[in-house]
Amino acid sequence: MRKLFFVISILVIVTACSSESGSENNNANYNKEAMLTNWADNIIIPAFTDYQANLALLGTSANTFTSNPNANNLDNLRSTYVETYKTYQHIGIFDIGKATDLHLLESANTYPTDTENIEFNITDGEYNLNSQAQFSSQGFPALDYMLYGLGNDDETVLTYYSSNINADGYKQYLTDLIAKLKEVADAIVNDWNTGYRAAFINNSNAVTGSLNQMANNFVKNFEKDVRAPKVGIPSGMFSNGTLFPDKVEAYYQNNLSKTLLIEAVNASKDFFNGRTYGTTTGGSGLKEFLDAVGAQASGENLSTIINNQYNTIISSTNELDNSFSEQITNDNSKMLATYDALQQNVVYLKVDMISALSLTIDYVDGDGD
Amino acid sequence: MYQKISAYYNSITDTAPLAFFRIAFGIMMFFSLLRFALNGWIYKFYIAPKFHFTYYGFSWVKPLGYYTYLLFGICTISAILVAIGYKYRISIIIFFVSFTYIELMDKTYYLNHYYFISLVSFTLIFLPANAFCSIDAKTNTNIKSNKVPKYTIDILKILLAIVYIYAGIAKLNSDWLLNAMPLKIWLPANANLPLIGNLLVKTWAAYAFSYIGAIYDLFIVVLLLNKRTRLFGFMLVVTFHVLTRILFPIGVFPFVMIISSLIFFDASFHKKVLALIMKLFGYPLTFSTTQEISENSIFSKKYKSRWIPILLTLFISIQLVLPFRYLAYPGELFWTEEGYRFSWRVMLMEKAGYAQFSVADTATNSYKVVDNSEFLTRFQEKQMSFQPDFILEYAHYLHDYYIQKKGMKDPIIKVNCYVALNGRLSKPYIDPNVNLAKQDESFKPKTWILPFEDNIQGF
Repeated sequence: MRKLFFVISILVIVTACSSESGSENNNANYNKEAMLTNWADNIIIPAFTDYQANLALLGTSANTFTSNPNANNLDNLRSTYVETYKTYQHIGIFDIGKATDLHLLESANTYPTDTENIEFNITDGEYNLNSQAQFSSQGFPALDYMLYGLGNDDETVLTYYSSNINADGYKQYLTDLIAKLKEVADAIVNDWNTGYRAAFINNSNAVTGSLNQMANNFVKNFEKDVRAPKVGIPSGMFSNGTLFPDKVEAYYQNNLSKTLLIEAVNASKDFFNGRTYGTTTGGSGLKEFLDAVGAQASGENLSTIINNQYNTIISSTNELDNSFSEQITNDNSKMLATYDALQQNVVYLKVDMISALSLTIDYVDGDGD
Repeated sequence: MYQKISAYYNSITDTAPLAFFRIAFGIMMFFSLLRFALNGWIYKFYIAPKFHFTYYGFSWVKPLGYYTYLLFGICTISAILVAIGYKYRISIIIFFVSFTYIELMDKTYYLNHYYFISLVSFTLIFLPANAFCSIDAKTNTNIKSNKVPKYTIDILKILLAIVYIYAGIAKLNSDWLLNAMPLKIWLPANANLPLIGNLLVKTWAAYAFSYIGAIYDLFIVVLLLNKRTRLFGFMLVVTFHVLTRILFPIGVFPFVMIISSLIFFDASFHKKVLALIMKLFGYPLTFSTTQEISENSIFSKKYKSRWIPILLTLFISIQLVLPFRYLAYPGELFWTEEGYRFSWRVMLMEKAGYAQFSVADTATNSYKVVDNSEFLTRFQEKQMSFQPDFILEYAHYLHDYYIQKKGMKDPIIKVNCYVALNGRLSKPYIDPNVNLAKQDESFKPKTWILPFEDNIQGF
């Protein structure tokens, strides 16, 4: 009995002392506010700003093209579109605040796009792109159709904007699609710059706070917006092997899906490593957080395991054809290998990382024991 | 031997601790049910979900739609009636039945302390807890008694002792003692706490908490039983449970344990508290000095009969054996969870999983990957993804759903499931090739759980 009392007293004394001295190994008390600040200032806001700037360029190129629809202007428009679509892959993780309110993800990248409805909209001339029913008729997949899918070659595509009886309708729809993307981006950037940043960073402690939300978004993006639609669905993973080569991302251009996947995987990896947007400079983020809490498995840092898996995904993706449609039709096994690599990291992120950080997948409200 | 036992069952003691316990228990239950309702959990846990995970053999216990509110209402009112001791026997039976029914409705929300409450309320049915300080005793002098059989108070101490000691024994395993798991994961999450936050992130703190927790659970009852160490023991109880309340989301459990452990104090303590309470309500208490159970008291007959002690002895024996039923199963208990519940294994595991189901029907040539959020709440999905009996029940539900709603003939249900346990890297949990629709729930070992391929030594 005395011994127990003794041990407890010692513990109390040690506790009291070391909380005063602060001492050595304090990095595990990971500074969440610094992490949120790094995310906001060095990743999220720069990414959205870049995206917004790209959309502005896209608007200009589209303007030039619609006032003078020739092959050269179409080329320029297409290359700005590709750049903007690549930038978009980086912001899909940040489905929080205004982005959620304005349905950024659903309106910007729902595919396969509804070409029938697009044609109907153009003929009809009356459409409200803000309505939910129109989510599958706008955004990048709709632009893909408008820029690559109207005809089999560039000349045919051009005719829709020049000699077509409803050329004005096509021009208008193209302009409206870009304007809608820009409008959403403007609102998001504006919100982050006028107060949301502070709210985001200050919401650092609660279980429902920004950290938990962002961790959830990050995992959700990788599982539901990268793994499933870009690879899983077209390769038949969700249809018992029935292949859907026409459900790949950027189907009409048909040589961009690989680029977009690599872009999205890198975006996910960069966010995990807290890298400043557009650089390889790592910072405060989930990797550091994992290392700070000493998350290890089989003698290796969990963060290393996850980063290695990202690399496995990239090398597996590099094996693929630029056109996923081609890849699926010719040798789907390589697509499946990439899917498996992605799936493994979904498990590492959703189960091991979340568990190691004591975060909750989608805040569960209730008692434990 | 028989004489000793007989003498023990015939020995009597002061009634005050039992009356105190009844009042405290009733009030605590009232407030914890009220808290449950005010948190909006009745709707969220029992009415909103489409599907509920049931206990094996109790699949007939289902939420009652909007009548579930009524059920909670009945349970809450019976808790007050228990506290004031009005028609006590009926009230405590209603409380036990309604509370246990609530707990059986969905095992997603299983908590050891809910199970404890069910056990205590079951025991209270057989105890003369209304003999003193109750409306029953006031209105019917035949109920009033200053003395009660000693075993009626001891059994509550035994129940508490079982909780603590078995929780302590469960901590004697290599994950807890050698790896400080899962506290090594959980404590740093509280790094933002004032004063102790900086400590919680340190590895040695996880070890210290693990060992102190195990020693506390194993020996606290000894401290409480011994008169000289009782006050110190109670201070430890308060400190320990307040600390766990701060560190972990464990609801009302700490308060239930703190208040319940007051049963170990002498009757003089309970008399003082009761006198104080009654004075507040304007009824000064008088304590008779009679040393016998009055011949008129209904207890004199009832508690001279042997069936209550025999039943309670049997009940306690079951409680002593039940936590060891896991020994009948092959494989690692923490991994398979066969025999994990109802065993006072409290906060022993950081376990998380990922389960993706597929539904394939050859007859209609259809195939689907299931979106769990279509059928389960996030809470349910979380619990389902690492517990085999949940996985199986859900698979059967999916099987039936796709027959009834989607016109499939006999769909094959398979799952891709990964689980991480106490900081180990996640690995496949369920055999992905097994058609779960064809597996039946039973108490037999589940052969489709993949092996743990690791070792956790100890209990």
